[in-house]
Amino acid sequence: MELLETKGRIFDIQRYSIHDGKGIRTIVFLKGCVLRCRWCCNPESQEYDIQTMLVDGKPKVIGRDVTVAQVMEEVEKDRGYYRRSGGGLTLSGGESLCQPDFAGALLTVAKSRGIGTAMESMACAPYEVIERLLPCLDTYLMDIKHINPQKHEAFTGRRNDLMLENARRVAASGLTELVIRVPVIPTFNDTPEEIADIARFADKLPGVKRIHLLPYHRLGQDKYDGLGRQYLLQDILPPENEHMQMLKKLVENVSGLQCRIGG
Amino acid sequence: MSKYDSSKAPKTERITRLVEHLYARMPEIESARAVLLTESYRQTEGEPVILRRAKAFAHILENIPVIIREGELIVGSTTIAPRGCQTYPEFSYEWLEQEFDTVASREADPFYISEQAKQEIREADTYWKGRTTSELATSYMAPETLRAMAHNIFTPGNYFYNGVGHVTVKYEEVLAIGFEGIMEKAQKALEKCGFGDADYATRSRFLQAVIISCRAVMGYARRYAELAEREAAACRDSLRRGELLKIAENCRRVPARGAESFYEACQSFWFVQQLLQVESSGHSISPGRFDQYMYPFYKKDLESGAITRDFAQELIDCIWVKLNDLNKCRDADSAKGFAGYSLFQNLIVGGQDEQGLDVTNDLSFMCIDASMHVFLPQPSLSIRVWNGSPQELLLRAAELTRTGIGLPAYYNDEVIIPSLMSRGVSLEDARTYNIIGCVEPQKAGKTWGWHDAAFYNMCRPLELVFTNGVDCGEQIGPKTGNVEEMKTFEEFYDAYKTQMNYFLSLLVNADNAIDQAHAERAPLPFLAGMVDDCLERGLTCEQGGCVYNFTGPQGFGIANVADSLYAVKTLVFDQGKVSMADYKKALFFNYGKGVNELVVSQVAGKLARELLERGVRPDSASLAAAAGRVIAEAVTPAEQRKFDGLLKLIEEVGKFGNDIEEIDRFARDAAYTYTKPLLDYKNPRGGTFQAGLYPVSANVPLGAQTGATPDGRLAGMPVADGVSPSAGKDVHGPTAAANSVSALDHGIASNGTLFNQKFHPSALSGEEGLHNFVSLVRTYFDRKGSHMQFNVVSRETLLDAQKHPENYKHLVVRVAGYSALFTTLSKSLQDDIIRRTEQGF
Repeated sequence: MELLETKGRIFDIQRYSIHDGKGIRTIVFLKGCVLRCRWCCNPESQEYDIQTMLVDGKPKVIGRDVTVAQVMEEVEKDRGYYRRSGGGLTLSGGESLCQPDFAGALLTVAKSRGIGTAMESMACAPYEVIERLLPCLDTYLMDIKHINPQKHEAFTGRRNDLMLENARRVAASGLTELVIRVPVIPTFNDTPEEIADIARFADKLPGVKRIHLLPYHRLGQDKYDGLGRQYLLQDILPPENEHMQMLKKLVENVSGLQCRIGG
Repeated sequence: MSKYDSSKAPKTERITRLVEHLYARMPEIESARAVLLTESYRQTEGEPVILRRAKAFAHILENIPVIIREGELIVGSTTIAPRGCQTYPEFSYEWLEQEFDTVASREADPFYISEQAKQEIREADTYWKGRTTSELATSYMAPETLRAMAHNIFTPGNYFYNGVGHVTVKYEEVLAIGFEGIMEKAQKALEKCGFGDADYATRSRFLQAVIISCRAVMGYARRYAELAEREAAACRDSLRRGELLKIAENCRRVPARGAESFYEACQSFWFVQQLLQVESSGHSISPGRFDQYMYPFYKKDLESGAITRDFAQELIDCIWVKLNDLNKCRDADSAKGFAGYSLFQNLIVGGQDEQGLDVTNDLSFMCIDASMHVFLPQPSLSIRVWNGSPQELLLRAAELTRTGIGLPAYYNDEVIIPSLMSRGVSLEDARTYNIIGCVEPQKAGKTWGWHDAAFYNMCRPLELVFTNGVDCGEQIGPKTGNVEEMKTFEEFYDAYKTQMNYFLSLLVNADNAIDQAHAERAPLPFLAGMVDDCLERGLTCEQGGCVYNFTGPQGFGIANVADSLYAVKTLVFDQGKVSMADYKKALFFNYGKGVNELVVSQVAGKLARELLERGVRPDSASLAAAAGRVIAEAVTPAEQRKFDGLLKLIEEVGKFGNDIEEIDRFARDAAYTYTKPLLDYKNPRGGTFQAGLYPVSANVPLGAQTGATPDGRLAGMPVADGVSPSAGKDVHGPTAAANSVSALDHGIASNGTLFNQKFHPSALSGEEGLHNFVSLVRTYFDRKGSHMQFNVVSRETLLDAQKHPENYKHLVVRVAGYSALFTTLSKSLQDDIIRRTEQGF
């Protein structure tokens, strides 16, 4: 079968994920991204090329080419947990939209087998690419990092016009449950004004009910060394819990959205 | 309308005070019971054993000091000191005398003992020389059995040195008819004994003993009534005076008569629970389905307005505190194996009735809340889960799990009910099962299950395959051939099975010897009055009076054996990357990773054997020196590189716990080498053996007696815990581990299996976290897992607790089948808990 033979490049499959979408999920991490966010906690996801990264001082090959069938074999192992918890498959990355055929095939096959589907993505692709995925996507976990296009470009390498437009169009389509996620990064977007702007934008998207604030963390820092890259956010600290609580309250004040901290 | 009310009643200030009082001091060993028991035995010389037991029990209850602790609502304490313990020299005593001077300072479960108590216990002990159950048991064992035990293949230590316990009695019958009612039944049975009956002698004396015991318990309650009245008279606080008078009133009625209120039912329950543990030192006296047999009293009082939900909760909380007031001093080695002062009083909520309908009620929730309020290791709270369990009950249980107390343990009706039926338990009895001790299912009030019959180390017979049955120079196992000459994996595996089968027969030999010794020297008449069909059969539980009889020894190290067999198969036979001779050498020298006692004793043993064969008598000093030289010469740098290479190859071979079908199937089969052969054996009570697959915390001390294993585990390191994967070897998260473990045959291990998972608290955060957690449990159970328990605590917390125990006096962790205070565990066990893979991230 053609769909099952579709090939793609992934760098990890993580089972028992309970912080990315509903229930107990298996996350498939697709390799390759269009953005270069300075805080990215998965820097090994950015290049499409297969790389070697030092992990605990030992070289580790990052990235492997697999078929949909191979991925699904792993995904199927936790079917019982999805059924009991309402979970399923989540695509993450990287940016899944960089491998649209592979992502589409994975979602189609999962959906046709009765496994719930979700995708974490920045929506940084032509809408036509996104549109093809929507019928098989139960939940779209869409990152909106900033409303200001210049600042967005400064920290991620790209302006956000396309992404914001895609957010509007995905919401308008009514084909998927759209959830907005905001990485809260000190020095980038953690002021009340910036977060409120995002909340107001999300609130206007039809059908969007939920927004997640994801506090910045430094768990990916060592990976930069492992890749021989410099980590540009050396000096910033994760936001205090009080600050996050304040932002959560703020979001709930300026919008009608349910807000929570963490995925 | 909902069938139950799940609202939460508050914790009262009284409970806080009771708990503080309980933990104010180190527990203490008292001498009263040993002195009184011995006094009585000296007066009954020559009488039937059963009457001597009953008279001694009565003498103890008439004279042992009674005390009401400050603020208590439920009374009955076995010792003056909080959390104190008595001694039980009729089972064994020498170990305690030997440890008198170290028991207060030992690492696991220390006890204070006064010089006077030492003196009194020593005096009493002089009587018991040659009269204990353990001495009789030893004399019944085959020499081969004693040798296998000396070589640490298995240990039946629990019942070898202590009472048996591990039972749930008919609490509901005591609540209904009281001990007057039970006495009447015994009396009627006695009247039916015909002078010409073949068993007149044993039956009539047994029934008399039951009557004496019941009367003794009633007298004991009366002593408490009198004490409460005396204290009330002297009490200036009118509120407390009222409480004391109420206590007196309760103790005047129960447990002599049937309970008429929930409060009386609570007090009656407690006397049964406490006094079973005065009659014998057997632990795991399990209250069982407390939410079921207490419910009619609760419901009646609630409906009539005689009690509020809040007060009912407080009474339950008081019982929970009392369950932690009981204690038991074990020998130093056993204390490591059972660490945490645990008595394993397993109390279970939820599940089904005889018809298979769900029975969750108000008390099911209140029991969970009581553990939340009291926040102590006892009772070992369990929850029955089946497809019809209300989600709300499981969510409440998950809330308790989230606190990190290691409670409750979750049990799967869908596996346990058919499993019990496969052992001849009726459908109705199977549906109403409860759990004994750690994880052992049985039918209350009908079973003498001998559930914790032994620890059997499945790794040790594997070592003997490599040495052709020789351990430390001594031929202790069958000669299964030179391992280097084995041509196929099947040959190797058959050799393992041969070693296993031989030692299983010795294990049975040990257990049956001990079983016989208890029947002869320590039959328990008080207990027998509350278990079917003792009164009808005229026999105690130990003598075969029960409806269901089992012996359940525990195998452990499944994961190590499975990984080891798989590694040998892969590396030696399938891939041919390693020669068996090299593997053998690597194991013998512990992969060159450190010379410890185990390595030296193997090498020295081998040398001694060679010398003896040449007619030379070795002396131990020169032997040790020679062994040191041999090891130093053998482990050359080149050899070390080879060992390291082997370890690396082993590391690359797949391991159990990662949801790899081939290996999981392999583990399933490896477990059968233990579980299946046992089913062919019978015990002296006419019952069968049935396997359990769980250690208590014995995986650590028994690992310390196990040489290096082919899975890369070094000599002396802990072996795997329960049916869980080897520590740190499961790297694909909790669902992968759960899938692997559920691939074992849990049904055949009808004495219970134990699967431990450790979670960081954030895995259970929020309402969604609880739901996901419950889903994990339910899915593991869908896949026919039997039991699951959790440690929810961060690694950092545990490390900090090791450094600053003073800040973590109340940190409870689930060890293996029960909860214990982390700071009371030995360092090595603490390390083991920390080392277990932290799931969820």
